[in-house]
Amino acid sequence: MPSALPDGEPVPPDGALPASALDGAGTRPLGFYLHVPYCATRCGYCDFNTYTAGELRSADGARATQEGYADLVVEEVRLARKVLGDTDREVSTVFVGGGTPTLLPAADLGRMLRAVRDEFGLAPDAEVTTEANPESVDPEYLAELRGHGFDRISFGMQSAREHVLRVLDRRHTPGRPQRCVAEARAAGFRQVNLDLIYGTPGESDDDWRASLDAALGAAPDHVSAYALIVEEGTGLARRIHRGEVAPVDDDVHADRYLIAEETLTAAGLAWYEVSNWAVDAAARCRHNELYWTGADWWGAGPGAHSHVGGVRWWNVKHPAAYAQRLDAGRSPGAGREVLTDEERRTERVLLELRLADGCPLDLLTPTGAAAAGRAVADGLLEPVPFRAGRAVLTLRGRLLADAVVRDLVD
Amino acid sequence: MPATSTHVPEPSRTEPALIRNFCIIAHIDHGKSTLADRMLQLTGVVDQRQMRAQYLDRMDIERERGITIKSQAVRLPWAPTQGASAGTTHILNMIDTPGHVDFTYEVSRSLAACEGTILLVDAAQGIEAQTLANLYLALENDLTIIPVLNKIDLPAAQPEKYAAELAHIIGCDPGDVLKVSAKTGEGVSELLDVVVEQVPAPVGVADAPARAMIFDSVYDAYRGVVTYVRVVDGHLSKRERIQMMSTGAAHELLEIGVIAPEPKASDGLGVGEVGYLITGVKDVRQSKVGDTVTRLSKGATEPLGGYKDAKPMVFSGLYPLDGSDYPLLRDALDKLRLNDAALAYEPETSVALGFGYRCGFLGLLHLEIIRERLEREFNLDLIATAPNVVYQVQMEDGTEHTVTNPSEFPSGKIAAVHEPVVRATVLAPSEFIGAIMELCQARRGTMLGMDYLSEDRVELRYTLPLAEIVFDFFDQLKSKTRGYASLDYEPTGEQTADLVKVDILLHGDKVDAFSAIVHKDKAYNYGVQMASKLRELIPRQQFEVPIQAAIGSRVIARETVRAIRKDVLAKCYGGDISRKRKLLEKQKEGKKRMKVVGRVEVPQEAFIAALSTDSDGSESKGRK
Repeated sequence: MPSALPDGEPVPPDGALPASALDGAGTRPLGFYLHVPYCATRCGYCDFNTYTAGELRSADGARATQEGYADLVVEEVRLARKVLGDTDREVSTVFVGGGTPTLLPAADLGRMLRAVRDEFGLAPDAEVTTEANPESVDPEYLAELRGHGFDRISFGMQSAREHVLRVLDRRHTPGRPQRCVAEARAAGFRQVNLDLIYGTPGESDDDWRASLDAALGAAPDHVSAYALIVEEGTGLARRIHRGEVAPVDDDVHADRYLIAEETLTAAGLAWYEVSNWAVDAAARCRHNELYWTGADWWGAGPGAHSHVGGVRWWNVKHPAAYAQRLDAGRSPGAGREVLTDEERRTERVLLELRLADGCPLDLLTPTGAAAAGRAVADGLLEPVPFRAGRAVLTLRGRLLADAVVRDLVD
Repeated sequence: MPATSTHVPEPSRTEPALIRNFCIIAHIDHGKSTLADRMLQLTGVVDQRQMRAQYLDRMDIERERGITIKSQAVRLPWAPTQGASAGTTHILNMIDTPGHVDFTYEVSRSLAACEGTILLVDAAQGIEAQTLANLYLALENDLTIIPVLNKIDLPAAQPEKYAAELAHIIGCDPGDVLKVSAKTGEGVSELLDVVVEQVPAPVGVADAPARAMIFDSVYDAYRGVVTYVRVVDGHLSKRERIQMMSTGAAHELLEIGVIAPEPKASDGLGVGEVGYLITGVKDVRQSKVGDTVTRLSKGATEPLGGYKDAKPMVFSGLYPLDGSDYPLLRDALDKLRLNDAALAYEPETSVALGFGYRCGFLGLLHLEIIRERLEREFNLDLIATAPNVVYQVQMEDGTEHTVTNPSEFPSGKIAAVHEPVVRATVLAPSEFIGAIMELCQARRGTMLGMDYLSEDRVELRYTLPLAEIVFDFFDQLKSKTRGYASLDYEPTGEQTADLVKVDILLHGDKVDAFSAIVHKDKAYNYGVQMASKLRELIPRQQFEVPIQAAIGSRVIARETVRAIRKDVLAKCYGGDISRKRKLLEKQKEGKKRMKVVGRVEVPQEAFIAALSTDSDGSESKGRK
């Protein structure tokens, strides 16, 4: 069951934005997130907005299914063009995520990307990423994607241990993701990421080290490592409630994070966001950096969120409802919020503090700045950048980032 | 049967010979209010249509708990159908007494206003300790006792057994014990006849200066203080000036009258009559229970005996959960005090709980009632610190301290600590003697004696420190006797004891709200229990938090709350940002409700849980 959408005010039928959102839009970078809400099966831990063919069978509207889906996204990209006005805006990043984008034919992903290029134009150095499931790609598919213009790929590896993959309901066999990296390199992808999950019930410290070593053995440019979050309503949560699977406590997560930091750093990667490491600055995911720096991005697809100039909105969640909206010529937006200055400041603190570059101290109120001083004394913020006017988390601070944010936003 | 066809005596002009002043002594639940209801109906002062259950209990809490907190006095006309007085309408003044140990002094004043009492006992349960205590008070006041068994309609009733028990206690014949059902009305008119026949008429000097005893005073939002009096000598007339003899304060008598059962103004009140006075004063402390009212001019010079100032015995700090409610708490206490001369309070500051009041109460029930009224009638959410008693601490240098709050316990060289003690009476089936003796011994009790009331019921008498009783003695007694034991106690003085103050420290900072004065032998237990309870309740912080229990600088117990090591959301992408910001806003709200001790953030729920004595599951008190 995908998680619920936030509450907000309604989005006008044509999706029009308040004038304030478009002020100075031309000077801000713009990214596109294209959501693909399909998976072959649902993983037990997943609460993303995604559906299996079986889950969609009963839904009305043929276009809710995979076959017609790319056209819907193309329509929303055209709507984006209208909403954002005539200002020339080259798109600096495109990110196709899911779900499992690679369940669609490469040509469909290509068509979605082309719509962005046609409507807006891509910057010459644009970063174009797709997520991929190790089981659903092969060299030809990857070459095709590369041909359509994708130059960065992110594989959901999660773990190198079969028993861990089984708890996560992941279907690929250990070893496959590493081969995918090589195939992607061969197909010409500039950057390759591996996603890992730690703290899965049944995983030991050694299992986690083995996963990190396996990932590093494939020499990716980038590694994302996430603590497993057991979301309410997922199959995994139910299994834990029933006592079939032991819950994992936060101290174990902390230990695993320290192992990740140590192992990845030793292999030459450096953290640039709490859960992300890259071999160099160029290997950072620029699309994600748009999220973390309050830039403009448009999320197309069911349940996708967008942010333009302090207005955030989110689409209706179900693919059928999404299709109906677009078929009727209406915006798929389900609700939106116009952020106040204080909310924008809060978001900047909570997002930028998660980055290795940290957040500028002048973003803080005097109370927040005083709290930052105490956080330095407590070993949660780095003293050197602090003296230069920035709040940058220490390693221990990264593990307690939410607590630091709570103190700093006061 | 409506009252009577003959002449009904008017207030202010009623022959003392026709007056019968009586009260009802009964335990909670033994049916006193139901019996009073039947009497109101039988004497025709309340008709069927107006009748509601427990007519005289005016406060919600009284009706819900089935107890009377403040007494009432109702004038009932009654012409007996039998006996020497048959056919003559008499005036029965029924004075409803409070039913709980905390209000013993009020009970004693109500009794002093009467010549007789109905001793009402549940025919299925037998007499209870508090009833027995009040019976002894009545005997001391030379009241005529009319023993009555109620609830004879119950299948579980054992009227013969309990009639024998009552007869044994008061020294009458089992055949003299009346049997009624207040619920069905059976035997109630016969009881009224017996009241006329057996209770002596009041005797007073009609032409002496007026003297009336105050047995209750109640604050009414519209009328101000309503004072209930029993005229002993002389006559009080409307519109004259009166004087309170303990203070000398003079008041205009705005209204005088009787309760029948709604207030009814009269020309005055004569010898033996019972009624109310309204003077326009706004505070019950100007109209003290036990005081004597006389005329301002040519008034009496000698007050009636027996007046005492109510003295708080049990103290607790009351703090609003929301600090901004502090002024509301102050206003609420001011209002409650208008109606409760025994309630004492003064502002207090706690490092842990903020601003509140240290309140003095007559006893535990009084505390609970006040707290419940504050929460219910004034919509306040409160934290109450564990109740404690007053200690007198003598220092080696000769100075003396009165300690009503454990945090005021002096730290220097102490010569002696004095604590209040009570004489406690426990009534229970004899099978529980062992359990009760064990409990009393564990609570530092000294046995005074034991008597069998009947074959299988005993009365045990102990001297116990009041501090032990206010802790959780009653709960323990109930649980060790499956609810069968009843308890009464009265203060008898003080004793020296080996008492120490145990402090609780969080991360090195003393938490005043958790300090307790306990016997040296129990200090270790208290410290260990409190520390382990807090370890469960205090959320992990960014640093390790030691919890220590200490006597002075000596640590007697230690627990540790491990530092939290991870507090960060793994993923924060486009769709997570709103959710994350809203969560943060909610957490900030929660943080505001945290109490900060030193650097440790403690949720209020932790304070409430740690301060409640019921965490061992014995009984929950007051809180729902």
